[in-house]
Amino acid sequence: MNLHEYQAKKLFAEFGIPVPPGRPAHSISEALANASSVKGHGWVVKAQVHAGGRGKAGGVRIARDLEELEAIVRDMLGRRLVTRQSGPEGKPVNTVLIEATTEIERELYLALTVDRASRRVAIMASTEGGMDIEEVAASNPERIHTVTIDPLLGLQGYQCRRLAKALELRDGLDGELTRILRALYRLFMERDLSLVEINPLVVNGEGHLQALDAKINIDDNALYRQDDLAEWHDPTQEDPREAVAKRFDLNYVALDGDIGCMVNGAGLAMATMDIIKLHGGRPANFLDVGGGATADRVAEAFKIIVDTPELKAILVNIFGGIVRCDLIADGVVSAIREVGVPVPVVVRLEGTNVEQGLKIIEQSGLDIIAAEDLNDAAVKVVAAARGEQP
Amino acid sequence: MTIHLDENTKVLVQGFTGQIGTFHSQEMIDYGTNIVGGVTPGKGGTTHLGRPVFNTMKEAVAATGADASIVFVPPPYAADSIMEAADAGIRFCVAITDGIPAHDMIRVKRYMRRYKKEKRMILTGPNCAGSISPEKCMMGIMPGHIYMRGPVGVIGRSGTLGYEAASQMKALGIGISTSIGIGGDPINGSSFRDHLEFFEQDPETKVVLMIGEIGGPQEAEAGQFAKENMSKPVLAYIAGLTAPKGRRMGHAGAIISAFGESAAEKVEILKECGVTIVPSPADFGPTVQEVLAKVS
Repeated sequence: MNLHEYQAKKLFAEFGIPVPPGRPAHSISEALANASSVKGHGWVVKAQVHAGGRGKAGGVRIARDLEELEAIVRDMLGRRLVTRQSGPEGKPVNTVLIEATTEIERELYLALTVDRASRRVAIMASTEGGMDIEEVAASNPERIHTVTIDPLLGLQGYQCRRLAKALELRDGLDGELTRILRALYRLFMERDLSLVEINPLVVNGEGHLQALDAKINIDDNALYRQDDLAEWHDPTQEDPREAVAKRFDLNYVALDGDIGCMVNGAGLAMATMDIIKLHGGRPANFLDVGGGATADRVAEAFKIIVDTPELKAILVNIFGGIVRCDLIADGVVSAIREVGVPVPVVVRLEGTNVEQGLKIIEQSGLDIIAAEDLNDAAVKVVAAARGEQP
Repeated sequence: MTIHLDENTKVLVQGFTGQIGTFHSQEMIDYGTNIVGGVTPGKGGTTHLGRPVFNTMKEAVAATGADASIVFVPPPYAADSIMEAADAGIRFCVAITDGIPAHDMIRVKRYMRRYKKEKRMILTGPNCAGSISPEKCMMGIMPGHIYMRGPVGVIGRSGTLGYEAASQMKALGIGISTSIGIGGDPINGSSFRDHLEFFEQDPETKVVLMIGEIGGPQEAEAGQFAKENMSKPVLAYIAGLTAPKGRRMGHAGAIISAFGESAAEKVEILKECGVTIVPSPADFGPTVQEVLAKVS
């Protein structure tokens, strides 16, 4: 789960990580009231959306007086901000962060992440702050410095000093960095985070370190023990279909194609998307109905898929395994009757009682095309999406 | 021969008496797996599915001589159960549980380092469908009947995609020595590379099929290991060619977050290591058949 910048900074402040003075606002009047309580030589107005690249998209703007601030907030709130990471529809701006402007002497990069190679928490630091860190990793990998942390021993002093040295901090700031790193590590561990990114961490006009931006991801698997953070979830930042899918415990990711997919199991679901593409089609989504594909879940999945704009065909690919294919076939047939599916549906079933399953589908009288295997299913659904008769 | 599990493996079920534990324990017993008992704290001294129930793994191992365990314990307690299994002297542990926090798994991985490598419990999963040595022992939630005995070692991150591969091979009369599910989580107990090492030593295994996906460095590591240390041919399929960057595709670990983690990049790296790529998920059977023909 992602947090907004203002939420992440609230956590930073709680753990003693320095951030510029600032307050979130959900309306123009709130923004004006907050601005007067945030002292400085002007304000930065930052659109709160779950997408990077806000600066270049006009989502971070400077206001020198209240009049300017009001105009910017009016322009941002209620709009959708399109950035290079937001997708073409953009993300709705329902909150802005009003922050005091900061004088910037140096821009650095700092991140904590779950490192899959070492299976530990890793801290990454770079002198190349304010840039896209993936570009730095590609062009100047030697400028990214990493330490991994033993989970039983915690972060050590020498590791902090090593990073301070790598960041070429002047005397006196290494102690400040150590305090920030210790606080970040404590935050990361106590709140079950999977990513903290500060880009940039700045040396400000007074010569102190300060987190100018803040990005936090929380491990979804740990939300059950982070109730207060789970409440910060902002469903407006998700595709509405994804939000519905989450309510029914379905794994759904919207894509931009026209062939809807319903599959059991994440790996098979990805493979199904791949084979559609290999046959020249475009998958409209990833959807894993899970191991226990019950009739209810199948019906909910159909409702979400049918909501896809430009939907041309649907492929249902279920490897029954322990779940019986005749039960799944019943579920598919009743779901199609209930939901009213306007496009051809190709169904591929495999596993226990597959013959009975296929028979149920044939005898349903619905516009369902039965497929023999994965390849046959892909060929048939791509043809159906092109409007060709089977 | 097989790796990790065979007809002599004595299996304990952790989370034995719960609904999921009960259902799959019965399936495993029906398959012929030697389930010697189970553990559910508070239910020790009772009998379930005709097997004794214990309060702790230590008691269970002492009473039954079990050397393997399978974990169905819910996510909040699963990491603790895995460490309890290691502490009780279990040699091979399958963690089925989906949804264990990553931080808990980091602790489990660190905990295991208290044992010397030769004595360290082999953990597969979490978030996996389990492992099977066909016709000998099934420790998992897979449909046992789609697997037949044979010369192919399988290692995979995904459950149903592994079923797909097994059934395509069976349709061509190709069987499996052992199929290992390493699971879909970002921090897992063991990797492709760990099991390649065992398959290389197993006389029954002639070729090894890896079923990977987007996210993480483990497929590339395995490719490098295969290039340097394997005499047997290795094949691989990588799911997620169409997966967008930065989005989690069902599995907690299936997310492209760094260079080398996309399916296309992994395919390139594996090809350079001499691994045969299965080009489409419909080609598991034919590609394995071709490579097998060259070996024998």
